[in-house]
Amino acid sequence: MSAELIVVDYGAGNLRSVETALRHLEAGFSISSSPDEVAAAERLIVPGVGEARAAMERLSASGLDQAIDAFRRAGRPLLGICLGCQIIFERSDERSAHCLGFLPGTVRRFTPGPGRKVPHMGWNRVFITHPHPLFAEIADGAFFYFVHSYYPQPAEAEVVIGECEYGQRFAAAVARDNLAACQFHPEKSAQSGLRLLANFLRWKP
Amino acid sequence: MLAKRIIVCLDVRDGKTTKGVRFRDNRDIGDPVQMARSYYEQGVDELVFYDITASAERRGIFLDVVERVAGVIFVPFAVGGGIARVEQMREVLLAGAEKVSVNSQAVRNPRLIAAGAEQFGSQCVVLGLDAARDPRMPCGYRVFIDGGRLATELDALAWARQAEELGAGEIVLNSIDADGGQDGYELTLTRLISESVSIPVVASGGAGHPGHLHEVFEQGKADAALVASMVHFGTYSIGQIKSHLRDRGIPVRLD
Repeated sequence: MSAELIVVDYGAGNLRSVETALRHLEAGFSISSSPDEVAAAERLIVPGVGEARAAMERLSASGLDQAIDAFRRAGRPLLGICLGCQIIFERSDERSAHCLGFLPGTVRRFTPGPGRKVPHMGWNRVFITHPHPLFAEIADGAFFYFVHSYYPQPAEAEVVIGECEYGQRFAAAVARDNLAACQFHPEKSAQSGLRLLANFLRWKP
Repeated sequence: MLAKRIIVCLDVRDGKTTKGVRFRDNRDIGDPVQMARSYYEQGVDELVFYDITASAERRGIFLDVVERVAGVIFVPFAVGGGIARVEQMREVLLAGAEKVSVNSQAVRNPRLIAAGAEQFGSQCVVLGLDAARDPRMPCGYRVFIDGGRLATELDALAWARQAEELGAGEIVLNSIDADGGQDGYELTLTRLISESVSIPVVASGGAGHPGHLHEVFEQGKADAALVASMVHFGTYSIGQIKSHLRDRGIPVRLD
């Protein structure tokens, strides 16, 4: 099947809300844990919640890490969500995980403090730092839903397309070439989130 | 800046939303799926559904509600009521909920919190904590279970801290004294718990006016506030509550 959107199932949490949102957008898609199918997809979403190291172990045990890399090298559009946004960096402080390394940088943990509870859970504004097709028709400073204790810290500032403020500024969305990823959950971010997913579905990098 | 969340609470019995006062005198007030959709359109930040029948044979009806809700709203929602095993947590998460709320069964078996956090991540596990004033307890509040009917020997603050330690990702703190009264949240209790744990605390019980939410955010230091009667009976819309808060400097999601 061509023109196929695949949501990668690598055992990292519940894919149900991503599925429901895509169905609402009337997107044709399938869920797959097959490296061959993933490598051959036309468009890929790498979702995921949970722990970076366990996720990386499952990805490499199944060969999905190489399949996702092969997909990316072919230049087709890839969207990472939440944990899927963290594992595209080189490494994560979460149990010193080695990650996919598509973008240079490290994933750090928020330090709890007065007025900063961890996890960062709830709705926060995303400020667009570089215009990107993913943010088409989305207001600068629109609210998105976050649930995470770790955040990406890219080594190259130019990959950051959206920033969020939580006691510090951090990269809420990143992109380079055919790769895009968001730390928030567009599938749970009401109209702005659905808009972002729809933008991804028609993105031609 | 992180917005303060407004969460609508729906008690579901036999597939219908119901509302009681001080845990009693429930009456049906509507279809939970339609209500969820309407609150979503009004801009609610999150919802929580409690299965208040929780009898085994009716579990299917409730799971069906959860699945249908997941298809029509695109904001997070939690589900609770009678959850005693990891398998039941899995059921509601697979039906489309983001979070599972555990309450009485977590008091009986605190391992339930740890097991849920290990399986699904802390962000999925919410502790529902029902407390009432009791000067004999170290923090001044005692934990109750079984819908407020059964007193435990647990101190509310000690239990909140233990639950955080076990891996709970959030606490929904319900004041039995304030519940259903619409006279305002229990501010002292909310502030005490919220300032003592590093996970988000959702204030519950007593909301009757948008000013009550302002109080519980400003004075109670809550991260989120649960509302029920004041929106279920059409007294206020979510938009009215949020405008009230925004005009008084509380960060809310109001696009």
